[in-house]
Amino acid sequence: MTARSGDSFEHPDVVLCPGGPMLLRGRGRVVQDAEGRAHVTTRPVSAVCRCARSQDLPWCDGTHQLLPPDKRP
Amino acid sequence: MDLPKPRGRLSMRLHAALLDDPDALPSDLPDDGEEDRAVALWMLHALQHRGFGDVDDRADRSPALLALRRRLEDELELRLRERWDAVDRRPDSGDLGDDLFELVAGHEGASLARFVRSEASPTQVRELLRMRAVYHLHEADPVAWVVPVLPVRAKAALVELLYDEYGAGNPNRLHHHLFARGLEEAGLSADYGRYVDEAPAEILEQDNTLRMFGLQRRLRGAAMGHLAAFEASSSVPSRRMVQGLGRLDLGEAIVDYYDEHVAADAVHDQLAARVICASLVEDEPHLRDDVLFGAWTCLDLEDRFARRVLLAWEDAT
Repeated sequence: MTARSGDSFEHPDVVLCPGGPMLLRGRGRVVQDAEGRAHVTTRPVSAVCRCARSQDLPWCDGTHQLLPPDKRP
Repeated sequence: MDLPKPRGRLSMRLHAALLDDPDALPSDLPDDGEEDRAVALWMLHALQHRGFGDVDDRADRSPALLALRRRLEDELELRLRERWDAVDRRPDSGDLGDDLFELVAGHEGASLARFVRSEASPTQVRELLRMRAVYHLHEADPVAWVVPVLPVRAKAALVELLYDEYGAGNPNRLHHHLFARGLEEAGLSADYGRYVDEAPAEILEQDNTLRMFGLQRRLRGAAMGHLAAFEASSSVPSRRMVQGLGRLDLGEAIVDYYDEHVAADAVHDQLAARVICASLVEDEPHLRDDVLFGAWTCLDLEDRFARRVLLAWEDAT
């Protein structure tokens, strides 16, 4: 393992996962869904649905895994 | 916790030595096959992790017991690697995160969750929960052992994942506590180890593998690959469990457990595959095959367990 002092690592607040959800870091973030309703994050990191097929919108529930690759985000 | 019942000569000798004089356990004891070895290894791991009421806590450092543990772990690891060596389909896209998700997606395995969703009886689900309790009552603990041996990025990401597993600071939301509450409300015991005697060899092997991966620094790649596959194969089956439990009257707490996992593991799988495993292999490229080995082993062990249970339930009808 090599440690290079002075490096800072990327640690974004938002990560778009290929073929999957958007990860959102931080509790107390307000996510507004397509109907205008506000949902507040409660986890250190939340997964926001990007395929629109989750049964737990706006949160990801893994449904994207069941979609054919061309239908995934 | 009580010692489990022996399942052969090796576990019988170990059981007796633990109660009497662990240091006097002879080496090269014969065993009576996989199940006998599995329960013996389970006893040795559980001694370190949880302790047994009738056994001196200091026994976990007995050289004789450590020698046996090494023998049993080496045999287990060899068997798991032989299975992996026979696998042809090994994704290699250039993106390890994608490869891990592809490995999970392409794994054809038996599904207990589908059966629970559509037809399992309350008796069958209680039986399943008792078997799952062997692992779920200490869920995440074997993974937590890996934190200190990882490089910085993987370490930070694993702690980020585990913080959520352990309730994000709130003991009420700590995952294995949720499972314990689920058991109790379903009329079962949440005492750790209570149901180990009825656990089939496949369950013991799952638990032994997790603890072995977690306790040996050399196997950190396999531990993290196992974690990624575990999380990535959780959300959808957890949702099926929620749907199945909705047909049955086993209490709200166990529904809450699986409901929590639908959302939590949809986060954890991305963290495990795309941050923990990916950065670990960037920093330590020689661990790549171990990561895939650990991931595939997770899926294979679950498949073996599921097939065993589904067959037993089919035979019983």
